[in-house]
Amino acid sequence: MSIILSSISQGLLWSIMAIGVYLTFRILDIADLTAEGSFPLGAAVCASLIVAGLSPLLSTFIALFCGMLAGVVSGLLHTKLRIPALLTGILTMTGLYSINLRIMGKANVTLLGKETLMRTVQSYGLTSRMSVLIVGLFASLLVIFLLYLFFNTETGLAIRSTGDNEAMSEANGIHTNAMKIIGYMLSNGLIALSGALIAQNNSYADIGMGIGTIVIGLASVIIGEVLFHQLSFAKRLLTIVIGSIVYRLIIDLVLQLGIDPQDIKLFSALILAIALSTPLIKKKSKFKLKQAIK
Amino acid sequence: MTAILQVKNIHKSFEVGTVNENHVLKGLTLTIEKGEFVTIIGGNGAGKSTLLNSIAGSFLVDSGSIHLAGEDVTRQKTAERAKHIGRVFQDPKMGTATRLSIEENLAVAYKRGKKRGLSLGVKEKQRVEFRERLKQLDLNLESRLKMEVGLLSGGQRQALTLLMAALQSPKLLLLDEHTAALDPKTSKMVLDLTDKIVKEEQLTAMMITHNMENAIEYGNRLIMLHNGQIAVDVKGKEKQQMTVPDLLELFHKNSGNRVSDDALILG
Ligand SMILES: Nc1ncnc2c1ncn2[C@@H]1O[C@H](COP(=O)(O)OP(=O)(O)O)[C@@H](O)[C@H]1O
Ligand SMILES: [Mg+2]
Repeated sequence: MSIILSSISQGLLWSIMAIGVYLTFRILDIADLTAEGSFPLGAAVCASLIVAGLSPLLSTFIALFCGMLAGVVSGLLHTKLRIPALLTGILTMTGLYSINLRIMGKANVTLLGKETLMRTVQSYGLTSRMSVLIVGLFASLLVIFLLYLFFNTETGLAIRSTGDNEAMSEANGIHTNAMKIIGYMLSNGLIALSGALIAQNNSYADIGMGIGTIVIGLASVIIGEVLFHQLSFAKRLLTIVIGSIVYRLIIDLVLQLGIDPQDIKLFSALILAIALSTPLIKKKSKFKLKQAIK
Repeated sequence: MTAILQVKNIHKSFEVGTVNENHVLKGLTLTIEKGEFVTIIGGNGAGKSTLLNSIAGSFLVDSGSIHLAGEDVTRQKTAERAKHIGRVFQDPKMGTATRLSIEENLAVAYKRGKKRGLSLGVKEKQRVEFRERLKQLDLNLESRLKMEVGLLSGGQRQALTLLMAALQSPKLLLLDEHTAALDPKTSKMVLDLTDKIVKEEQLTAMMITHNMENAIEYGNRLIMLHNGQIAVDVKGKEKQQMTVPDLLELFHKNSGNRVSDDALILG
């Protein structure tokens, strides 16, 4: 039971990253790899600031802001310099590797014995498990609520329309490049926010913690889509949280079975491959079923 | 009379410097007055779409100038020119955002040429107006405001796109074979709707069509493009009384060519 509770809490913290990935991948229809750099960026900024004596809440906000900046850089590279999206992400994430090292001054920063958001909540008399769950729930629901509001504003509609049909959006006077940059910015801000929360939960930030971010994010998004299709925007965001939790459950289960933690990235990749191919498999089996009925 | 559109001596080539270099628009000059509804015909590859794309800013012309409502837009991007222009494309998929609902698509068009801020994207007041306008289409879309546009048929989408293009009374409405992908019945419905909207809103419009009879039947001015230039330009009474044989004869007289495109003659 405690394992499941922990998977849920972890899933909630990670879901914010997955929602960030969803914004570029699905809303803008751009495959952005900046995540691999902005996730550890959020962790590095937040951990370093907490160690320097800033409050966890302020550190978390600054981490979010730094992630947004990283997103703007990718957005500018992609739209103004017309660098293909995949390359843009690779450029930014490579650059961020050095920046993250600079921020931390070394390969990792520990938060043992330091104040974190989770410990602040815990100080109100909750168990440590409960406090992670509460921080995760609060943060993910707040993010979903704000995104729901934003994507129903005039500007939010313009961003969705840009990702859906660029020519039509331009014909309707939408400055599509600006919309893409905003999308990149929000996406990477959320990814960095998630990195900051994970660092506080794990009590450390590590230069290598970004590896595989995009796979985890996409797996969560696709699991959510496979489990529930054809949904409105707000509900879709909720299913990403569910996808993220399911992903965590699978990973934690695999670890329980005694798999070497080194092999976990291989499992991440496998889960994503399976999730990605599910729609096709479903289609094929439906087709076969139809054939069989005939 | 005021000129809505002034195209002066524009040239446009594609794939310059390659063996496929293609000089499409060759010094085309055209002035369109307020209230004119211009139908445009011409053989395949004559440059009709290139002309409309040049006006809308899909690409910049190589030389010459384009003025819209008195403003020089020659170097402006599509999004900037959009404040003057409403557009319907040939492909029904092009004119709407499929994953947005009907009302969201209309709301996007509602803000054409205006600043988009952080107020609610679809306002209740707009909804009332959207319902009113959708009723005119007679496609029962007014009861399905929240339906995803991807679920609509091609004809329904073109009708919706037309409504969106006309929503903010554009200075110029550009229609590029917007009924070509539809079956004959739906095509007729969308054409009649176009005619109705242009008349009621007193719009200035340019409509490319592949069908000579339609070109003669609709609008109050007819232009025939040939080799990137205007070969026939008739309006008023002359246009009203025109028949397909007259048009072919006029084209022959002006260009020294016979119309070779069967599709154009047969419609
Ligand atoms: N964006 C483009 N890039 C390259 N060639 C183009 C482009 N648009 C049109 N052309 C070429 O220009 C010529 C005229 O095309 P178009 O204006 O679409 O003709 P139509 O009169 O049939 O609409 C064609 O040969 C076409 O292949
Ligand atoms: Mg064409």
